[in-house]
Amino acid sequence: MSGESAPTRADVRRAPTRAEVCVIACAEAFRGDGEILASPFGPIPSLGARLARLTFEPDLVLTDGEAALMVGTPPVGTPPVGALAVEAPMPYRKIFDVVWSGRRHVMMMATQIDRYGNQNISCIGDWACPRAQLVGVRGAPGNTMNHATSYWVPRHSPRSFVERVDMVCGVGSDRAREIVSPSARFHDLRVVVTNLAVLDFTGPGGEMSLRSVHPGVTPAEVQKATGFELHGCLGSEVPETRLPTPDELELLRGYLDPEGLRETELA
Amino acid sequence: MEDKRESLDDVVSQLRPGMTVGIGGWGSRRKPMAAVRAILRSGVDDLTVVSYGGPDVGLLLAAGRVRKVVFGFVTLDSIALDPWFRAARQAGSIEVMELDEGMLYLGLLAASWRVPFLPTRAGLGSDVMRVNPLLRTVRSPYGVPGEEAEELVAVPALPLDAAFVHVNRADSNGNGQVLGPDPYFDDLFLGAAASRRFMTAEKVVAPGELLDSGPLQSIVVTRLSTDAVVECPLGAHFTSCLPDYGREEDLQRRYVAAAAEETSWASFSARYLDSSEEGYLAAVREDYGAAPAGRGEP
Repeated sequence: MSGESAPTRADVRRAPTRAEVCVIACAEAFRGDGEILASPFGPIPSLGARLARLTFEPDLVLTDGEAALMVGTPPVGTPPVGALAVEAPMPYRKIFDVVWSGRRHVMMMATQIDRYGNQNISCIGDWACPRAQLVGVRGAPGNTMNHATSYWVPRHSPRSFVERVDMVCGVGSDRAREIVSPSARFHDLRVVVTNLAVLDFTGPGGEMSLRSVHPGVTPAEVQKATGFELHGCLGSEVPETRLPTPDELELLRGYLDPEGLRETELA
Repeated sequence: MEDKRESLDDVVSQLRPGMTVGIGGWGSRRKPMAAVRAILRSGVDDLTVVSYGGPDVGLLLAAGRVRKVVFGFVTLDSIALDPWFRAARQAGSIEVMELDEGMLYLGLLAASWRVPFLPTRAGLGSDVMRVNPLLRTVRSPYGVPGEEAEELVAVPALPLDAAFVHVNRADSNGNGQVLGPDPYFDDLFLGAAASRRFMTAEKVVAPGELLDSGPLQSIVVTRLSTDAVVECPLGAHFTSCLPDYGREEDLQRRYVAAAAEETSWASFSARYLDSSEEGYLAAVREDYGAAPAGRGEP
């Protein structure tokens, strides 16, 4: 990190909010990634990636959201200028070079996601004549077949965690396993962070499993908000998602997001 | 040297019903909107539109000019979804070919290289294969004996009958310069068309003068891939055309709001779309001041 102004004094005694726990969970998703392009979608994943870069994952590469890589780690909503300016161009054409090289970890949103991590952002209902047209498959098919992929779902509910997604955009662990040729060897689903919990794909057969619940949430509540049977909810004790440290809280409240954008995403 | 400057209406008059038309830009960024407005006025229909889609797709759909859309997304960036694309899809009134956005890139590249397909992992395992039953896979001929060879998606070439892009500067020979941060895939849209390769520009200068406005690398289109050049100030408006102007967010919001009802759309269309490009510029100047370009948010 270079050029960031010293964080202003923020009140770190106030208990962490749910949104702040989610930021930490998103940051943790990038732990160990090293010098790869982190592509977070949404305010809380963006804050997570920036927090990770300012603390335990300093080599992460981040774009300015337009067509360049940022040399510094500015607060969300601040254009990268001055000492926080850009270090190299990254137009869309070059993004595909990175995607197909594998040096990337994307955290996408999911309108629907199933137990194997198949993700849908294309449309709801029958594809031929959908009940609701969404944005389209975008880069989800290529992302999931080429590099690490995580998801962020700000509203964990049976409407988003479904038995079957209507259009498989991001490829799940079952679909990847069905590919017999070595073409699926870069498929790498990591975690799903939601407003309630952190999930991974360590269940039997690559199924979704509860990794941790956010403080104040019970495994039963997570299961109730999930439209399929979730592994790891019963029996053994489910750990709690870790809380931000005082230093992390100060970075988040005093520097990265003084306006509290993180809270509006969960409102 | 041939002077490639032509009028907007002259280039658009070369379109025919049923043609496949590629449109450059990305989402609601540097779209050839003056050309789209000219297509709306021309009456040509039954088009197949290939686009990293934004309001270009929406406007053509609103006017009923589109038979099929080849896309990876349609978005207005600051507004997630285009109302006309939503409406057309939910009514089932158009054909679509929905591809991963990287597949779209490879399809244009294959067309410009004159090869039938290019291989990729993108698409494997996803429903892109289900909803495009014509997509095929290929097996690598370079497999190691005794090991399974890789099977990849063979993205078919996406040849275009015509292509439109909008750039910051062009010269009369047909070289094009992008001064903003991202050239997107504009050169490939032009490359994927064998003829009718049309480039609009904020300003057209004399050959050799592009270096006055930017470095050599900013000239991303050469005259090898253009047939006509049209000077169109605010030719991407209301989408962004950095650094000349940002997106006119207010007009984009009004475009979305107007789509909600027939009467509001009729008055939006009458004010901004129906008369001429001069009429559009006059209306925009009236709404946003003498230099509307300065108002947008980058």
